[in-house]
Amino acid sequence: MNFDDTPQEAEFRAIARAWISANAPKQYEEELRKSSLGRTQLKNANILEVAKAWQKKKADAGWACLHWPKDYGGRGSSPIERVIWQQEEGVFGKLSQMFIIGHGMCGPTMMAFAREEHKRTYLPPLASGEKVWCQLFSEPAGGSDVAGLRTRAEKDGDEWVINGQKIWTSGAHYSDYGILLTRTDPTVPKHKGLTMFFLDMKSPGVEVRPIKQASGASDFNEVYFTNVRIPDHQRLGEVNDGWNVSLTTLMNERMSIGAGVATGFPELFDYCSSLMLEDGPAIEDRAVRSKLANWAVKASGLRYTSMRAISALSKGERPGPENSIGKLVAGSMIQDVATYALDLQGASGVVSGPEDAEVAGRFQAMLLRAPGTRVEGGTDEIMRNIIAERVLGLPGDIRVDKDVPFNKIPTKGRG
Amino acid sequence: MNFDFSDDQKQLRDQARKFLAEKCSPKAVRVVLDGKTPYDKELWKGLAEMGFLGVAIPEEFGGAGAGHLELCVIAQEMGRANAPVPFSSTVYLAAEALLIAGSDAQKKRWLPAIAAGEAIGTLALFEGKGNPSPKNVKLTAANGVLNGVKKPVADGAIADFAVVAARTGSSGREGDISLFLVDLRAGGVEVKSLTNLDPTRGQAEMTFRDCKAEPLGAAGEGWSILSQVLDRAAVLCAFEQVGGSDRALEMGRDYALDRIAFGRQIGSFQAVKHMLADMYVSATLARSNSYYGAWALSTNAAELPEAAAAARISATQAFQHCAKNNIQVHGGMGFTWEFDCHMYYRRANAMALGLGSLSYWEDQLIDRMRKKNAA
Repeated sequence: MNFDDTPQEAEFRAIARAWISANAPKQYEEELRKSSLGRTQLKNANILEVAKAWQKKKADAGWACLHWPKDYGGRGSSPIERVIWQQEEGVFGKLSQMFIIGHGMCGPTMMAFAREEHKRTYLPPLASGEKVWCQLFSEPAGGSDVAGLRTRAEKDGDEWVINGQKIWTSGAHYSDYGILLTRTDPTVPKHKGLTMFFLDMKSPGVEVRPIKQASGASDFNEVYFTNVRIPDHQRLGEVNDGWNVSLTTLMNERMSIGAGVATGFPELFDYCSSLMLEDGPAIEDRAVRSKLANWAVKASGLRYTSMRAISALSKGERPGPENSIGKLVAGSMIQDVATYALDLQGASGVVSGPEDAEVAGRFQAMLLRAPGTRVEGGTDEIMRNIIAERVLGLPGDIRVDKDVPFNKIPTKGRG
Repeated sequence: MNFDFSDDQKQLRDQARKFLAEKCSPKAVRVVLDGKTPYDKELWKGLAEMGFLGVAIPEEFGGAGAGHLELCVIAQEMGRANAPVPFSSTVYLAAEALLIAGSDAQKKRWLPAIAAGEAIGTLALFEGKGNPSPKNVKLTAANGVLNGVKKPVADGAIADFAVVAARTGSSGREGDISLFLVDLRAGGVEVKSLTNLDPTRGQAEMTFRDCKAEPLGAAGEGWSILSQVLDRAAVLCAFEQVGGSDRALEMGRDYALDRIAFGRQIGSFQAVKHMLADMYVSATLARSNSYYGAWALSTNAAELPEAAAAARISATQAFQHCAKNNIQVHGGMGFTWEFDCHMYYRRANAMALGLGSLSYWEDQLIDRMRKKNAA
């Protein structure tokens, strides 16, 4: 048992470290380091432009999408090299947020299902960040039950005509392309009538409207489709086999092992280390210490769980199912951490403006953003279902709509 | 990076699991639970024959000389099987204290006997309520004799020797405490068994009256040695707790698959599935924290105090969580004496206290994290 790199890993790490040290946008390092959930803006620069510039620079030097084949803009690296890169990229990895969906979900789906000429055309600019992609799955009527989606695709000659609405589309407002899951046959059970496409987000009939979130910010969008035409050669997979295609996409959703998930704990520990309460330093208060210790072991448990997965990668093995706990644990933890940080501030915890609030309002911002982390990319409840079914082998939920034609499934709970 | 046990260590784990499945069935555990014998003597003998008791004891002292990672994988299986033997008292506490502080003669006298299954050892630290603290040690040592009362002492009624924490000064500092070694077969100690939460692991009150004792380690070094012993034992106990958590989770999962209610497997209800998923989360966090503890223990890393406290807290929480919810998944049957669920519930809650309570270790963890940050 050790934490040492193999000689090859050490060599790769040294090369990556040297390149990052010579090329990373260091002027933003401090600001990125201090940013936490709910606050990832730069004061004097547009973060999207900084992110795109960094991604392009990486791509030009062969450091983009490391695990992708070279022909498609990647480096052909092993999984462990990708992890080492993420460790070395450190805080600058926060700049990759706008590319996570494109690189993590759209790219792998295109690689598995698109025609060769499309792969060669579309994947390299996706890898280099010159083109940004989004994923159009969720709908008002299909969130956790994504197969309940209603956006229609109807064949018209060599084209498909799309009508409907998507929701919770991250980054649709700055995306160039998207992968789109549609219903092509409403007369068969819901999983059997879906088809996947990719499309140009500038196509006529696509309208993107930002959602104002409960936090006040707008990271997500609604996307409306009115008679949008997609050529058949942009279909991914067979007609009515879109559910299987989407599983490829979703399997890739949480593959980012090395990056680590935000728990809010380091921020809270720092805060408590300097905070003075009426009776003395917060960190010497028994109740505070008990809370901190409980969160400390969750944060360290997640850290070492991901190290176990990295070890498996290092040995060329597939990581076990342990990593599926990360999002579930971190999501509710960051919410509890933020709530507690405000509790420690007493009545003044209510003040959230960065100029007037404690530690520039970072915990207030965290609190307001946190409910979303427990929903996006699979709700806490869906994550528990996944652990129960795929890890523990418990029965799947009883699906009363499994064998019912989609257009016969009830659409209203009451009245 | 190789943050995992080696293939040999995993093989040892499989071997221990197989051995315990055969020799330490729930039926065998129940013989001790029902008070028919204070511990499973046959099993103890078998553990010695397998080389498990001395796995981390150097060969020159009669052990297998393997190491602490090997001991960790065996500990996990002992917890999984709920083994009714004085393993933790003898191997994690007494043997570790001897390894850290024993003279050559002391090691020669006791370590081979431990490895051979011929001597049961324990640590006599607590004196009634309270957590490990120099202030709580009142038993005195003067002129080579001990006077005072220790309770609870795990496996005290069956132990052949004890490592005893005693007061040798009154400055109010850690240096007031020294350790002593007492041969319990030599007389001078009155032992009374105490009814306790977990009858598969005895607890005792030990009264020392002018009891002859020899020093273990230098005078005034007792607390420093004890702190190391407790940290090492915390990691090893964490592996037992992880093993227990795994078993409790498995029992709950199996029952949820077998039991039908409302016309379906109860494991198909989300309320039950989610409870089991949360148990898996706790057990996984505990396992990962314990792995880090194992690394720190086996390499004598500077990180050991922090890693041990984290493993202790995480594993204690996981075992308590899994054991109590295992009963909940079983419903009414889980609350019968006949079903095995309560054995894990009892063990989980007894283990949560044995090396000091959860709140004590929470406090320790924060102190140690602050120390690291200040360094």
